[in-house]
Order: sequence, then C-alpha cells, then structure tokens
Amino acid sequence: MSFDINEYYSRLNGGDVLMAFKGSISSELISNVLEVVESRMDEYRESSKIRKKVYNVLVESLQNLYHHIEVLPEVMQKEFDDKFGILVVSRQDDRYKISTGNFIGHDKVDVLRNKIDKINSMSRDELKDMYKFILNHQRLSEKGGGGLGLVDIARKTGNQLDYTFEKFDDAYYFFNLDVFIDLA
Amino acid sequence: MEALSIDGTAKTPSVKFDGQEGVIEIKGRSIPENSIEFYKPLVEWLEKYSGTPLDLTQVNVQLEYFNTSSSKCILDVFKKLEAIHKGKSEVIINWYYEEDDEDMLEAGEDYESIIRVPFKMIEIVE
Repeated sequence: MSFDINEYYSRLNGGDVLMAFKGSISSELISNVLEVVESRMDEYRESSKIRKKVYNVLVESLQNLYHHIEVLPEVMQKEFDDKFGILVVSRQDDRYKISTGNFIGHDKVDVLRNKIDKINSMSRDELKDMYKFILNHQRLSEKGGGGLGLVDIARKTGNQLDYTFEKFDDAYYFFNLDVFIDLA
Repeated sequence: MEALSIDGTAKTPSVKFDGQEGVIEIKGRSIPENSIEFYKPLVEWLEKYSGTPLDLTQVNVQLEYFNTSSSKCILDVFKKLEAIHKGKSEVIINWYYEEDDEDMLEAGEDYESIIRVPFKMIEIVE
C-alpha cells in the first residue's frame, strides 16, 4: 500500500497544535499562517527571543514549500490541490515543532537528502561559513534564496533537521521535514 | 535627486532614501516571497545616487525580520554602498538589533565580514 497522507496528517496533530493546514500553499496562505501563529504565541506569552526564532523559521519553512513545491499532474489534482503542502505548528513541553510535507519527484530525492545530511553533519561555525558563501556567491533565482533556507533554519535552531521520504507512487515521494526550536 | 519613499507592509519594510540629507533608511519586516521585485528600485536609486553622493552617507537598517530571499537583495544594496564608499565619499551602516536578538546581531556581523564599509552595531533597549 502506498503512503497514506491523511493518516500521516492526523499523526502530526499531536501536542498543542497552534496551526494545522493542508492544501494549496499560496502567498496569501503564508501571510495568514504567520498572523495566526504570531497571535497564538502572544497568548503563550513567549519571550521575544523565542517568538522571533519561531517566526523566522516558519517563514523559511513556508517559503521553501512555496518556491519548491511540485505542480502535480492532473490525475492527482482530483485528490490534492495543485500546490499541495502540509503544515503543522505545535508546542511541546520544551520545544516548538514545525512540520512541513510536500510531494517531490523521484529524481530530486537524492539531491535533497544529500543536502540535508550535509547540513546535519556541520558544526555551527561551518554552517555560518556555508551561509556566507552561498549569500556572497550564488545568484538569487525566482525560486527564492538560492538554497539558503535550510542552512538558515539549521543555524537559527541549532538542531538537526529530521526528515523522511515516503514512497507515494512510481513518480512521487512524500517529503516530511520536522524542525525543532528549543524553548530554553 | 528625488527621494525614494515606500510605506511598509506586513511583508515589506518602509524605505526612506534621502539624497539631499544623505540618509538611507530601511525599517520593519522584509519577508516577501519575491524580494527581487521589491529591492530593484532601491538598487536603481543607489546607482543614480552613486554619481553624485554627499561626503557622508548614513545608512540605518532596522529590521525586525528578514527572510533568506531578502538577505541576498540586502547584500546587493550594501554592495552599491561599498562602491560609493570606495570613492571619495564616506558611508556608515548603522545596524540596529533588539537587545535579546542575537540572530539579528549575527546577521549584521555576517554582512560586516563581507562588505568593506564600516558598520556600527546598535542595540535597541526597550
């Protein structure tokens, strides 16, 4: 049996969920999500340091989705929106968790996996150097920051990027990324 | 030359470039999905200003948030300022950050290490 998106989505909805969404990732959606999560963090009376980290990481996570999401073939659009993505922001005892999920073509899995593994293997100083190198040497594309997003997330959170690739069908995998921001 | 003035929005900063006073300000949030479009007129304005800059140009950058897409465009702005500074004109970049915002301070230090213009890191205490 192929990977079940709905089962996966309900599994993500654990802990104290500030925001859960599945559907088309548009610019307006990103604005709405940011507004909701910002006001929910006010309710929790988070320190401005935590609020800023969560907000920053959320912006990068959502815009990564926005820029890199696959436009799905028509046959899949019956079941999913054409820019289909999943987002769940939850607060656990000692950390925030931002989960994003999206379809990715088979041919792109290895490149992304290698990139994340490389980032996860790097020290804080190495990440800083990599960030500055990309910033200074790679041109900005229409697709955003030219690969800075994941490096920035790793730098700001200081945590490993947890990910899985689940096989969906012959053409697509479903990519899930969990990002953690420690409260202390 | 004519001043450049743009009001801030939820995703883009307010901009005040004043060639008469030699004061350049970027304030607020810079998190648009497409930052090239937003920053294009800023870079173009600086290109014109670099023809006849004042002896001293003060740059105030006070960002609450910026995304990685903006970070490259901000570097482009700073590169224009670096070119002005290389000439006879002096440029100072004042980089503001809130007192507990180490990430924003570090972001300023990243730019400082890339751009050959004097930076002043200014902590905003509430």
